[in-house]
Amino acid sequence: MVSIEDYGEFQTTWCPGCGNFPILASVKTALAEMGVAPSEVMIASGIGQAAKLPHYMNCHMFNGLHGRVLPLAQGMKLANPDMRVLCVSGDGCSYGEGGNHFLAAIRRNLDITLLVHDNQIYGLTKGQASPTSALGHVTKTQPTGVRSAPFNPIATAVAMKANFVARAFSGEPEHLVSVIKEAMDHPGFALVDILQPCVSFNKVNTFGWYKERTYLLKDHDASDWGAAMAVADEFGDRIPLGVIYRNDREAFPLGKRLACSEYDRNDLKAVMQSYT
Amino acid sequence: MNENGTNIVVGGAAGQGLATIGRLMSRAAVRAGYHLLVDQRYMSRVRGGHNTFGMRVGTEPLYGPAEGIDILVALNEETLELHRGELAEGAIVLAGEEIDTGGLNALRIPFKKLAPKPLFHNTVALGVLGATLCNDVAILEALLAETFAKKGEEVVRANVDVVRAAFEWVSEQAFDFSCIMPPEPDAPTRMMVNGNEAIALGALAAGCNFVSFYPMTPSTSVAQALIDKGAPLGLVHEQAEDEIAAANMAVGASYAGARALVTTSGGGFALMGEGVSLAGVSETPMVFVVAQRPGPATGMATRTEQGDLDLVVHAGHGEFPRAVLAPADPEQCFHLAHRAFDLAESFQTPVFLLTDQYLADSYRDVEPFDIDGLPPVARPMTEAEEGYKRYVLTEDGVSPRLVPGPSTPLVRADSHEHDEAGRITEDGMNRVVQNSKRLDKGFGLEDEVVDPDYYGEDAPDVLLLCWGSSLGACLDAMDRAETDKTMAVLHFSQVYPLCESLFLDDLEKAGTVVSVEGNATGQFAKLVARETGFQVDEYVLRFDGRPLTAEYVLAGLNGII
Ligand SMILES: Cc1ncc(C[n+]2csc(CCOP(=O)(O)OP(=O)(O)O)c2C)c(N)n1
Ligand code: SF4
Ligand SMILES: [Mg+2]
Repeated sequence: MVSIEDYGEFQTTWCPGCGNFPILASVKTALAEMGVAPSEVMIASGIGQAAKLPHYMNCHMFNGLHGRVLPLAQGMKLANPDMRVLCVSGDGCSYGEGGNHFLAAIRRNLDITLLVHDNQIYGLTKGQASPTSALGHVTKTQPTGVRSAPFNPIATAVAMKANFVARAFSGEPEHLVSVIKEAMDHPGFALVDILQPCVSFNKVNTFGWYKERTYLLKDHDASDWGAAMAVADEFGDRIPLGVIYRNDREAFPLGKRLACSEYDRNDLKAVMQSYT
Repeated sequence: MNENGTNIVVGGAAGQGLATIGRLMSRAAVRAGYHLLVDQRYMSRVRGGHNTFGMRVGTEPLYGPAEGIDILVALNEETLELHRGELAEGAIVLAGEEIDTGGLNALRIPFKKLAPKPLFHNTVALGVLGATLCNDVAILEALLAETFAKKGEEVVRANVDVVRAAFEWVSEQAFDFSCIMPPEPDAPTRMMVNGNEAIALGALAAGCNFVSFYPMTPSTSVAQALIDKGAPLGLVHEQAEDEIAAANMAVGASYAGARALVTTSGGGFALMGEGVSLAGVSETPMVFVVAQRPGPATGMATRTEQGDLDLVVHAGHGEFPRAVLAPADPEQCFHLAHRAFDLAESFQTPVFLLTDQYLADSYRDVEPFDIDGLPPVARPMTEAEEGYKRYVLTEDGVSPRLVPGPSTPLVRADSHEHDEAGRITEDGMNRVVQNSKRLDKGFGLEDEVVDPDYYGEDAPDVLLLCWGSSLGACLDAMDRAETDKTMAVLHFSQVYPLCESLFLDDLEKAGTVVSVEGNATGQFAKLVARETGFQVDEYVLRFDGRPLTAEYVLAGLNGII
């Protein structure tokens, strides 16, 4: 039996009221409910407020570079396929600095889960626009408002037929827990975009703003790509939450745990022989 | 006729298959017992453009490429035009009968007669070249059989017939060329490998089981050799979406227990800088192969240079220890690649193998590498006691590295400054302690530095200072120099860190110290000056994208010796 206490309690540097708290609690709850012990999961993260998450729980962890959580995590999974791999980072890290890795990870389809704390802002660097900030969103570095159209991670992932695409909200922790569990259990690459209010630097997309607009998807067939594309396009007055798309494309093949692998000298000698 | 072996150049347009001819001829020469050195100079085009495949065969060990052609195989008119001036005394040209060889000593090959199908024209050329070199036709037949085995017996037979016809035709011709007879046939079977293949073999011998890369000439063939040969040894490989991903992926794999390698060239390596720094702070063992080509930026993609020493010695922000190895030849490529993995694991820090296009593509004959005689490679732990801390303070700065796995304590790696347990902290005192701990590993690395090699007389009038692939040209130049002055060569196969106790004496005792490097600014000489205060007297620098040769070095020494 794994309990949520096994994951520990740590002091954080997050602002009081930040949406990261319920996400941290949901990650711990999901893992405990799945019976995954702290030593059975490796959490990779990038850089940002969200990416500090693995510091605040017991687990194997690698807190890597801004934007590079996905390559880091994929290397971890390739080397140690027996272990669950969870990636945690912000919208800037995952979709901005790491945009190319996001596309590549969907295509590669390794069995990892990416949780994006999407606060539509750069939290750690104090409030600049992120790739998901709305058009016209005014910040100190975008004083006349954001001019670039927002990136729609869900639509991108569905368009690319990622194996699992879901949206959740830190204000709906029970739903979030169930989505994280489903994502981790689904073979191949899974994306969970989690709406997360940043109380300090995003005064537009607040808890109330999300609460008003989000609704739980009902009667949506996540295996229907066309229907998923239509749902993915919806972000505005109404924002759907839930599993949006599910695919069964074969996951990237994995081998043995590399730390325990030893080669046979005769195999190497045969390789050398091939050069004579 | 060249005393230092027969210099053969096969020239033609890309896509004409000259590399196939060259490689098969090279392997045949090695099997016949010759020593071999290949110098591939080719243009970055898949078709068209002028390419050459140069090989030197001889009965004595060969060190470096040479100028002057003894046999020129001209697959097109342009080859003859371009290389006519390089023909040595007694040279012979092998060319199709439609090519006008003027008054040159030539064999004009009736390709159409010897093989009606153009598909077999390369085999004709191979046969004519082999016969001119006095090669045993049986060796070529065996090689063709191995090469085409997968394509079926019929293809093998057709090729063998063509090569026999070519031999017969040559035997009927009256021509003037004296080939060097092969050495005693009881010479042990030698391997033919280029620098990149030797690196791949050294990596495999060290237990490398993970490679991530983004294709970039001239590094790609390291990854390619690993992919071709590594499957039975459990190698996992992935072509990443870019170099940044390749570096970070390998860091993740290494953290999780893989013995990880990344291969790239200057431009790609520039993108990996932050990943290098990540390996440094997170104390993750990493081996990077950086195969140099001329920069800046895209530079000359298929040419050679030693211009990225500064980049590699300084890559990655912040301060952390590193080792930079620079092999001279395929043998050193093998042994230093093996060593790189041991150093990376022992000191949990990035280690670099700095090579270049010339060495990467340069085939040599080598004794099969002695894998049973290799020293063991350090390993991480797979088990530890409860209370394990990833970055625990130790006397030498090396914290025992645990691989994350079920039922073991937690392994926490971090790119931030962190405490002993791997938790993020901005505490000033902790910062000083952890940063110093990492730098302390540098003292251990210094104890492991590879001694530079010294060739020639003690306290010479002229000392050639070189590193990496320039050794062969320097040794050849010393051999061939016509001078009363005494000479010596000092070669570094590890260029960082530098331990002056290993070499400063040699530099100070020499009359004139000449730095011989494949770059425009004498980067190594400057590094030596920075680390030891010693200033070289003269430079011979080459940066036209071509490898250093004895002739080039001797010309540069004009006035010095
Ligand atoms: C290479 C690099 N560029 C920039 C930064 C500075 N930086 C750190 S976090 C961050 C943005 C964080 O935004 P996001 O990923 O959305 O995370 P949040 O803080 O909002 O959770 C930036 C730009 C960095 N650490 N590394
Ligand atoms: S800045 Fe925003 S995202 Fe960061 S901790 Fe504070 S509220 Fe949370
Ligand atoms: Mg953010």
